[in-house]
Amino acid sequence: MTTTAPANAARSPLRALRRAGRTLWWYLREVSGEADYERYVAHVRRHSPDAPVKSRREFERCRTDEQEADPRKGFRCC
Amino acid sequence: MRRANPKSIVIWALVALVGAAGWTILAVSRGEEVSAAWMVAAALGSYAIAYRFYSRFIADRVLKVDKDRATPAERLNNGVDYHPTDRRVLLGHHFAAIAGAGPLVGPVLAAQMGYLPGTIWIIVGVIFAGAVQDMVTLFFSMRRDGKSLGQMAREEIGPVGGVAALVAVLLIMIILLAVLALVVVNALASSPWGTFSIAMTIPIALLMGFYLRVLRPGRVIEVSVIGVALLLLAIVSGSWVAESSWAGTFTLSPGTLVIWLVVYGFLASILPVWMLLAPRDYLSTFMKIGTIALMALGVFLTLPTLKADAITEFATSGTGPVFAGSLFPFVFITIACGALSGFHALVSSGTTPKMIQKETQVRMIGYGAMLMESFVAIMALVAASIIDPGLYFAMNAPAGVMGETVQSASQAVANLGYTISPDDLAAAAKAVEEESLVSRTGGAPTLAVGIAEIFSSVIGGAGMKAFWYHFAIMFEALFILTTVDAGTRVGRFMLQDMLGNVVKPFKDVSWKPGVWFASAVVVGGWGYFLWVGVHDPLGGINQLFPLFGIANQLLAAIALTVCTTLLIKSGRLKWAWVTGVPLAWDLIVTLTASWQKIFSSDPKVGFFAQRGVYQDAIERGEVRPPAKTMEDMHTVVTNSTVDGVIQAVFVILVLIVLADAIRVCVRAVRRPAATALAEVPYVKSELVAPAGLITTREEKTELAAAGAAPGAGS
Repeated sequence: MTTTAPANAARSPLRALRRAGRTLWWYLREVSGEADYERYVAHVRRHSPDAPVKSRREFERCRTDEQEADPRKGFRCC
Repeated sequence: MRRANPKSIVIWALVALVGAAGWTILAVSRGEEVSAAWMVAAALGSYAIAYRFYSRFIADRVLKVDKDRATPAERLNNGVDYHPTDRRVLLGHHFAAIAGAGPLVGPVLAAQMGYLPGTIWIIVGVIFAGAVQDMVTLFFSMRRDGKSLGQMAREEIGPVGGVAALVAVLLIMIILLAVLALVVVNALASSPWGTFSIAMTIPIALLMGFYLRVLRPGRVIEVSVIGVALLLLAIVSGSWVAESSWAGTFTLSPGTLVIWLVVYGFLASILPVWMLLAPRDYLSTFMKIGTIALMALGVFLTLPTLKADAITEFATSGTGPVFAGSLFPFVFITIACGALSGFHALVSSGTTPKMIQKETQVRMIGYGAMLMESFVAIMALVAASIIDPGLYFAMNAPAGVMGETVQSASQAVANLGYTISPDDLAAAAKAVEEESLVSRTGGAPTLAVGIAEIFSSVIGGAGMKAFWYHFAIMFEALFILTTVDAGTRVGRFMLQDMLGNVVKPFKDVSWKPGVWFASAVVVGGWGYFLWVGVHDPLGGINQLFPLFGIANQLLAAIALTVCTTLLIKSGRLKWAWVTGVPLAWDLIVTLTASWQKIFSSDPKVGFFAQRGVYQDAIERGEVRPPAKTMEDMHTVVTNSTVDGVIQAVFVILVLIVLADAIRVCVRAVRRPAATALAEVPYVKSELVAPAGLITTREEKTELAAAGAAPGAGS
């Protein structure tokens, strides 16, 4: 139950590293749009708990279909 | 307001000192070699001060951003397009959307006048014009539920200005795509290594598309990791292909590459988005962010020495081989992205404003992301300036001037006032395993040589130079092709929309014949200019790049006109100078440049003077160099006529928008009561989120009071 000082010192950089890794993973998932589906599900659940939720496959298809319909979405610049 | 504490005064004084030191060294050094560190110091010091003071002034005093007013993301949150996005995530999205090949190419070409004019314009331009345009457009679009620039022009200025703005955007898009495609063609011509690697991106993207559609929908990160690994393999194996018996298959002439690109562009724009566009976009975004980060790291680690002159004689004489014309106005035209880019207004109005969490964040996202892009432009300028000037000019002067061999090129460089021996030229090409580096115009190869220089001194040494060169070529070509693909689709969509007003079936944007027809028109448009650019005896880049620069800056003029009109209409006449002064400057630059391009009597600068000289020669039966045949002579005449006419059309469209806007502004000043703003009414915000990158102490208290607020991050 008593941790020695060196063990503590060794653990905290490890913990900082793990935290940094988690933040980076969170950022990557958000920026790449991988987390979009979870956000959509949470959104539907919060506002109408009984409404049907699209499957991941349907959700991703809808997204590319929308981009198809209006290519200005996600336009990249020079 | 709160009183500044001593600690922050000391910090900002130090930042100012660093910036001032950078500027001083750059300003006083002549003839001796200067470290790139000073350029970086001048840039970062100035950005920090501008962000802290000027952007804050614009946010608080001019726009009066209101942290209690709900944004469209909060009001219309549907979990898909409209949703409050963490500010750091949105900064990443927005930066990835605005930064592309533009800030990399322009500064490289502008380096013919030395590094100093480019540095000054990139830094001063972004602070007072580019970043202001992005931030103010973002703000006004956000107040209108994310309306596009064209819609805002129509609703706030009027139908005439609106239609002129739409047509201008479409035309500008076509020129943009042609110039970007030309950069790719010049980088890949007779380079089997480059051509093979780029060709491989198509099967890689198709594979990724299939993976995301069928195997594991939505797993973007894992598929991107696979894609990037395959991409690196494609770059490495390019070197094997170049040495194998397949080399001939992938050694293509510029003309052949044009045909392939046009076919690719057409197919890519009618194929479903999931097959090619979406996966390619992931790939190019990962490569873009990764390479830009590596570049920043490389510049900081190596702090290379600038070999270019601070100012070359071409700045005043206007006879430079890369593009004709003197420093004013042509440096300001050549460097558009990174200083002031009208295209950003299309991103700042549209996607980003629908995702912003808090009004206060327009400062960080609009102004901040543009400062980041400006820094990318500074790094490109560093990369171009660490190259030996003799090599720089040998690579960037048109083939008509340089001749075919290293001997003729060496002689031609000597005529320009620089020196490089034929042996050194051959050695430079050998170091990156290319057949020749003579007249590899377009900026991409030059940048790749600079990047290879920087990267190889960090990783791998001289032995890795060829790999890094082709890595850089791949990275540029990849996102240029993504832009070509996405841009063709946007152009097609706009054309369908316009045609829909005349021919009903076009209104349905998914009507297949309409899609095919409009795609063919857009691809045909940029394909024409690309073909012309490749076959122009005078060199395509130096003819077309000014046209592209002027077009982009004229788009900025439209965006700044809309912003200024909105400032005046919303009763902020007192602050109209914030966008009005950059607008005036932009108009002076672009109209002077356009005037010279149309009316100059110097055939190197003026399109019609050029036409006249060649037409006269044809009538006398003479062939004027650099044209080699009578056919070349006719090509020059046709090209300069088309370029001149296009140039004139751009100017007329912009003047229409401007005149219409002035009419609206005068009316708004005279009768403020009768002015209608299309702004969405105030709704109180329930969200709590920090404004800047770093959460302040007050914001922490607010966040704590609101409970675990979403968007506070992890």
